[in-house]
Amino acid sequence: MSILINKNSRILVQGFTGKQATFHAKQCLDYGSKIVGGVTPKKGGGTHLNLPVFNTVKEGIEATGADTSLIFVPPPFAADSIMEAADAGIRVIICITEGIPVLDMVKVKKFINCLRASGAEIYLIGPNCPGAITPEECKAGIMPGYIHRKGTVGVVSRSGTLTYEAVWQLTQAGMGQSSVIGIGGDPIQGMNFVDTLKLFNKDPETESVVIIGEIGGSAEEDAAKYIKESMKKPVFAFIAGRTAPPGRRMGHAGAIIEGSSGTHECKVRALKEAGIRVIENLSEIGATVKEKLVKLQS
Amino acid sequence: MKFLEYEGKDIFKSYSIPVAHRYGVLKIGSELENLDLRNGPWVIKAQVLAGGRGKAGGVKIASEKNEAIKIIKNMLGMKIKTHQTKGQDLTVKEVLVEEASDIKREIYLSMTLDRKEALAMLIASAEGGMSIEELAKKHPEKIIKFPVDLSEGIHDFQVRKLSFALNIDETIFQDFRAIVQNLAKMFKEIDASLVEINPLAILKNGKLMAIDSKIVTDDNALFRHKFFAEKPDHESTEIEEEAKKIGINYISLDGNIGCMVNGAGLAMATLDTVKLAGGNAANFLDVGGGAHIEQITRAFNILLKDKRVKAILVNIFGGIMKCDNIATGIVQATRKVSLNVPLVVRLEGTNVEQGKEILANSGIKIEQANSLWEAAQKVTKAAG
Repeated sequence: MSILINKNSRILVQGFTGKQATFHAKQCLDYGSKIVGGVTPKKGGGTHLNLPVFNTVKEGIEATGADTSLIFVPPPFAADSIMEAADAGIRVIICITEGIPVLDMVKVKKFINCLRASGAEIYLIGPNCPGAITPEECKAGIMPGYIHRKGTVGVVSRSGTLTYEAVWQLTQAGMGQSSVIGIGGDPIQGMNFVDTLKLFNKDPETESVVIIGEIGGSAEEDAAKYIKESMKKPVFAFIAGRTAPPGRRMGHAGAIIEGSSGTHECKVRALKEAGIRVIENLSEIGATVKEKLVKLQS
Repeated sequence: MKFLEYEGKDIFKSYSIPVAHRYGVLKIGSELENLDLRNGPWVIKAQVLAGGRGKAGGVKIASEKNEAIKIIKNMLGMKIKTHQTKGQDLTVKEVLVEEASDIKREIYLSMTLDRKEALAMLIASAEGGMSIEELAKKHPEKIIKFPVDLSEGIHDFQVRKLSFALNIDETIFQDFRAIVQNLAKMFKEIDASLVEINPLAILKNGKLMAIDSKIVTDDNALFRHKFFAEKPDHESTEIEEEAKKIGINYISLDGNIGCMVNGAGLAMATLDTVKLAGGNAANFLDVGGGAHIEQITRAFNILLKDKRVKAILVNIFGGIMKCDNIATGIVQATRKVSLNVPLVVRLEGTNVEQGKEILANSGIKIEQANSLWEAAQKVTKAAG
């Protein structure tokens, strides 16, 4: 087990023939992921990377039985691609694209909520995220595969390279990962920390969870509340942006302190009050998780 | 992107939200002699991106023409420090001159996004003039809030409810409705993340008027707003503009350690780690996930040119970006601009060995570190 994706996931790549998509699809294939084809409107019927290209997601699903999509479509059209995937019946939609207008995501959320109301099961990861990986089974994203090892630590993060740093430390400390989910750095996104924690909580292969948060919004505070009430596994957290100046967007559209909300202090306080071990020094993630878990086991 | 008061009021006007008669926007060096000032008194307002201007001397009223000119002259170039500028001085580069209004009552009206619910929210209060933060602290019960479906706009019943709650007189209800509904239309059409009318005044003559404006729009949507994309970004420094042109993310900070990192989250966490080690970063610089050698070279040049920088820290976790490319970029940059401050490099990830080798064989004096913590301590020591 793992969450969201595994060795049986059948992946369609949207925006398949673009430069980024081509590069990353190759990397995913090399990792062993089952990419079954791609979608590029008006290029349907051809092949790319020896895989079929379709005009629409619907056609792609009918021909390949795909259940997962990986989106590299440019920002002006990416929101539309997410909705197309959701409408066609894709269960796990992973949108890598960075720079989608926020109001486009408002539309996407409304559309997906309508589909859910009529019974559809849809998990949207991203946008502006590195994707998801279940080590040694399936990589659906742009993360470097080799830093991961199969194991029992679940990782969920709002940032890309910061996740690689954390995962690499875990791997070096001998702590493998069950699944690593990058939920992305945008203000309005698909799955949040709580949605992901719920899945890790139910997953028998996940024994502990590391949350990588950052300033802005209230996702970490909401996570703290959920963990306090319902989480059955130990949770560790690191929050980036302790020294970030207020009012400036720190790279990610969502990483901004507005007024007194979204501050590092506020998030750390909420997490600590919920009994979560908050790691202050980024370099100590691997060692801290290992030490604490060894103690719990003995 | 943030808009100055007068830029925001231009947008208000195009959505039929009433604003005061404008006599002019004056810049440093503007000719004041021919300024057409009729019908005083006038209100003279410093155009800076910070609330609390009034208390800092950035809003003045004049009733004589000579007095007005004198105030304008004094205000242009003046430094302003308010509770929102975080200890920094803002220089007043532009001044707005308007007809002063006779205000009877002030209302707070704004629209923003609720991230969690993925919805736009209308926020209002009968207590205008204060900042919403202050208001939320002092009178949380006086804040009215409801979600708005942007594809539908604000329904009439919602405006009615709002007008009763704000105690809007029946005689101005139609005007009020137009303002509220146009606000929502504007919010959607300009891809705003915040539009605030604070205060929306009821004048002694019974008319409604937006006395101030605050607009923030979504940078991600600039591709469909050519007009905004061409407008100067008042928040960016020169160096930030230069960085933007080469496609990297740069924010000036007040320390003396220049930092270059790949990825926004890691860049933020690197600044935190430097602080933990006792140092202070001079900047946030994210070269992104897939920068080319050329971009790395130019980004590194920006750091080298910054006179405040006493030491440089490069922290790269190569994933898609390969460590050998980073190393090559650094070496190329130091050929163009000589490196005369200590450089600490921490490389990890894809092609790390090749990267370290390129640096070691380059002849440049580089201190390599094996972990971020080690790098942060070394660079802090080097910066003194």
